[in-house]
Amino acid sequence: MKRCDGRMKVKIIVKLKPGVLDPQGQAIQRSLNTMGHSEVIGVRQGKYFEIEFNGGESGTIRETVREICEEILSNPLIENFEIQEIS
Amino acid sequence: MKFGVVVFPGSNCDHDTYRVLRKVFHQETVFLWHRERDLQDVDVVVVPGGFSYGDYLRSGAIARFSPILESVREHAARGRLVLGICNGFQILQEAGLLPGALLRNAGLKFLCQPVHLRTENDGTAFSRCARTGQVLEMPIAHNDGNFFLPPEQLEELEANGQVVFRYCGPDGALSERANPNGSMNHIAGVVNSAGNVLGLMPHPERAAEAILGSEDGAVLFQSLLQ
Repeated sequence: MKRCDGRMKVKIIVKLKPGVLDPQGQAIQRSLNTMGHSEVIGVRQGKYFEIEFNGGESGTIRETVREICEEILSNPLIENFEIQEIS
Repeated sequence: MKFGVVVFPGSNCDHDTYRVLRKVFHQETVFLWHRERDLQDVDVVVVPGGFSYGDYLRSGAIARFSPILESVREHAARGRLVLGICNGFQILQEAGLLPGALLRNAGLKFLCQPVHLRTENDGTAFSRCARTGQVLEMPIAHNDGNFFLPPEQLEELEANGQVVFRYCGPDGALSERANPNGSMNHIAGVVNSAGNVLGLMPHPERAAEAILGSEDGAVLFQSLLQ
């Protein structure tokens, strides 16, 4: 959906693939357990991006965003990406 | 032989590498600014260590879009030699010239220390002056050196003899304790399948003169000059 000023914002999450070691997530989990949150059994840390576009159709932008994610925002060997929202 | 040392914003081992090639091995050596495309007819391209683009996004992820990388890719495709050290290794992986990825160190610490490496394959252009099984001492200095490759590809890498160096103890034995960063199969350095591109996390250029505590790194440069 295009906003009336012609700008669009896309939200992207990049996360490590299942099975790829995430020592930062593990450290956060240990710390949560130490704080008393014994019910926490897993933490995975990822990256969040907001990209703003000026003009363009949401269909084309989705395609462009996919390319950007595959080309630079993620390393396909170790990471997956999710395009969360185009607004 | 003529060497070219690539310089990115944030490279910090470029002068060390240049010094070793010029002053220790007396080779013609030039710096190659990352915005250039002309490799100046060098025989060997060295992508040195450092923190290109501040390691933003992922180590090496932004540097691989620099114009010089296109020329490095063509150089490699012609079978010519490329050596990536530390951040250079990360950049060459991001550029698709070397297999795998280098994840955050398993212990989450930036590691700056001497390590022992076991030579696993002395048949490459980068290791032919060492012998298989020989233990070398060189320093590491990195935050992201944890070698990762999906299991099937890892098996293929091993079967092809592409693992050139592994972290080991002083006696050459492999152990979890001697693996500083959690690398799969203790991997410290690999070559591409064609054998003309090598990447390693340890710094041979910081261990090529007696005054620096070890000359073991010199064997890489000697191998290239053979």
